[in-house]
Amino acid sequence: MHIVDGALSNPVVIGGAVAAVGGIAMGLKSLDLDRIPTAGVLSASFFVASLIHVPIGPSSVHLILNGLAGLLLGWAAFPALFVGLLLQAVFFGFGGLTVLGINTVNIALPAVLAWMLFGGLIGRGSPVQGAIWGAAGGAFAIATTTALVAVSLALSGDEFIPAAKLVFFAHIPVMCIEALLTGFAVLLARRVKPELFLKDRTA
Amino acid sequence: MAHALEPQAKTLAEAGDGRLYGPVGELDPRMRIVMVCVFAIATVALQTIPALIGAFAVSLGLLVASRLPKGRTLKRMAMMDGFIIFMLVLMPFSMPGDAMFTVFGFPASWQGLWKAIEIALTANAVILALMVLVGTMEPVSLGHALHRLRCPEVLVHLLMFTIRYIEVLREEYLRLRGAMKIRGFRPGTNWHTYRSFGYLVGMMLVRAIERSERILGAMKCRGFSGRLFLLQEYSLHRRDYVFAATLSALCVALLYLDHL
Repeated sequence: MHIVDGALSNPVVIGGAVAAVGGIAMGLKSLDLDRIPTAGVLSASFFVASLIHVPIGPSSVHLILNGLAGLLLGWAAFPALFVGLLLQAVFFGFGGLTVLGINTVNIALPAVLAWMLFGGLIGRGSPVQGAIWGAAGGAFAIATTTALVAVSLALSGDEFIPAAKLVFFAHIPVMCIEALLTGFAVLLARRVKPELFLKDRTA
Repeated sequence: MAHALEPQAKTLAEAGDGRLYGPVGELDPRMRIVMVCVFAIATVALQTIPALIGAFAVSLGLLVASRLPKGRTLKRMAMMDGFIIFMLVLMPFSMPGDAMFTVFGFPASWQGLWKAIEIALTANAVILALMVLVGTMEPVSLGHALHRLRCPEVLVHLLMFTIRYIEVLREEYLRLRGAMKIRGFRPGTNWHTYRSFGYLVGMMLVRAIERSERILGAMKCRGFSGRLFLLQEYSLHRRDYVFAATLSALCVALLYLDHL
């Protein structure tokens, strides 16, 4: 899902960086003193979760869980996921430096959208109903992320269109897995810590 | 931090002692961050293969100067190539141009091949420079240096918290996985696996949030006010200016080579 340096055209890279700065600023504004530790620990959790490899058929995929990050963090998912991407690029060599902005937007914008659409619904009704909305949010976030990756590739040149299509179709299984895992994670959280999603959602 | 990928290896910057990394380790972290950005932007701007090979050579030179384990660092760089290889293989077929050869009736073009090589060189040159110049830093120094470079305070706090708790949460994850294993859990492609992993993630998040409440309590008790207190003072030395001047000159030379 990481786009590397040199693949995208300048307008896409610059547009992505500008949008990322805007999103991060929105996220930082929502983080008051009391929410900094929560956001930091959750950001670290999602970093660790992204190292989990889930088997699928003969292969395995690593988790992204940006939908779940959005559902828990709201706008703060923008800086939290940015920090994760920055650390991955610097210490693991995944992704790139000039594309950090567009990569952040591709991952964090769907997270925020998932929160806007489904954030209010997962706290309502029975835990199973909440879990179903959570699963919808997880699938939606991955679908939007792949679509954004495909669009940023396609905008950079026609020669990327086959790669963009490939990226989209290759991620359909990932979408299902993320939906299932997000759903079950919400289900567990609703059962053992029901107040988690009931807090005032001012994020 | 890289231990999250390889269980045995500690950080890419093994002990975090700057002196281990030769000339690179002694440079001011702020200068390293700024210069890697300059180098990345210059490299992305390059469009000809010779200039890009030059940029990649500069990155390799930095790697040699840093005394990082070469095999391991290059292997990590190659892992990224694994992600992009499909896109690169598709390029010659998707870009129109002079046919090189045909596979099942699809012509592969020279232009596409060159474009793919260009992308691969750019991506590797930038990521290698980033790993060598910034990846050798102690993660906490990265936070401090970013703060000194006027990054928003809250963002630096978030970065420092993330760095601090990745290791703690990874240990917790491994403990939970150990508990699952001891109960006979073997991952496969089935409903049970996905449910178990979902619960695992959910449990990690619930515990993380409870942990963050305890952290907040402990921080408030010590009078946390959102200010960052930095223990390190940075000062620019002659070697920092020499490094900046040399790398900038190399970037200008590469850009000149590109326009020839």
